[in-house]
Amino acid sequence: MITIAMTTGFVLILIGLYGALTNTNILRMIVSFTIASTGVNVVLVSVGYMPGRTAPILDDAVPVGSATTSIIDPIPQALVLTAIVIGLGVTALMLAYAYRLFRIRQTLDISKIVELKW
Amino acid sequence: MIRKFASVVLLLILGYAFYSLVAGFVPDGELNRSAAYYAENTARETGAQNIVTAIIVTYRGLDTLGEVTVLFLTAAIVAQVLSHSRAPAGTRGSGFLPAGELLETGTRLLVPLILLFGVYVFVNGHLTPGGGFQGGAILASAMLLLLLADPMRRFSHRLIAKVESISGLTYVALGVMGLVLAGGFLDNRILPLGQFGALFSAGAIPLIYSLIGLKVGAEFSSMLESLEETEDR
Repeated sequence: MITIAMTTGFVLILIGLYGALTNTNILRMIVSFTIASTGVNVVLVSVGYMPGRTAPILDDAVPVGSATTSIIDPIPQALVLTAIVIGLGVTALMLAYAYRLFRIRQTLDISKIVELKW
Repeated sequence: MIRKFASVVLLLILGYAFYSLVAGFVPDGELNRSAAYYAENTARETGAQNIVTAIIVTYRGLDTLGEVTVLFLTAAIVAQVLSHSRAPAGTRGSGFLPAGELLETGTRLLVPLILLFGVYVFVNGHLTPGGGFQGGAILASAMLLLLLADPMRRFSHRLIAKVESISGLTYVALGVMGLVLAGGFLDNRILPLGQFGALFSAGAIPLIYSLIGLKVGAEFSSMLESLEETEDR
């Protein structure tokens, strides 16, 4: 179960990086980065999973006394919550800059933007 | 062609590294030390049922303040970058087709429900899965629905800015009160912990998470609005 989730996450990272490396359209690159960051989040959450345990919420199913033996690791989940929110901010920034670039250059194709090439 | 080949080779190497990570991964048999500390002491120290919420709002509260600040900066930069190309008032920024009867009528029914759900999610953040960030995102999705139904609609920037700055200031003020009245910055024990599992429990956590929810909702809404108001030519 963990292996499946983790493999899915790593495959998503690879797909995202492949898309970001091979596409020249900036919008496609942004979508690729979003896929890769989703993959990172899936991997992080799956690292915190432990077989036979339940979510870190102390309700009727998890008495307070036995919490240490019946919940999964809550720290990766807190970390991923942060990562998702920051990822959204990064995506919004990338889109805004892509828009500015388009207004200035009238193109979204990075192979036509050659100032930083050597 | 060479470029594509090089990137495939690179990704194969990376994929091999990932493979060895997955193959050698053994899940922990028991919680590590910090996780075990949170599992044992969350109920007693913070009174929150949801341990993830306790970590985000109380144990690592300063990080969350930083995270909200990063989001605020993002919203501000997006607005600033796009402000040069704002569409004149009264015109639609983008050349969308009319939304249609279904979407417009559905929006009137759904928006209050979505707003209510968002508020439910962040008010119950200490009891159920959910919290300020999720609830804020749900609030912003109601705004997105409004914009989809009527692309000409303009929300008041001043109202959004007011909601955001007031909730941000109150958040910091609650943190400072924790410094004075309880154990440290953003300590939730400035209010009584109450009965474990009740809505009004866990000290200041529901209050802080509601403020975060309002702030995040306002920030996402302002980003959506900046993107929507931009004209495309």
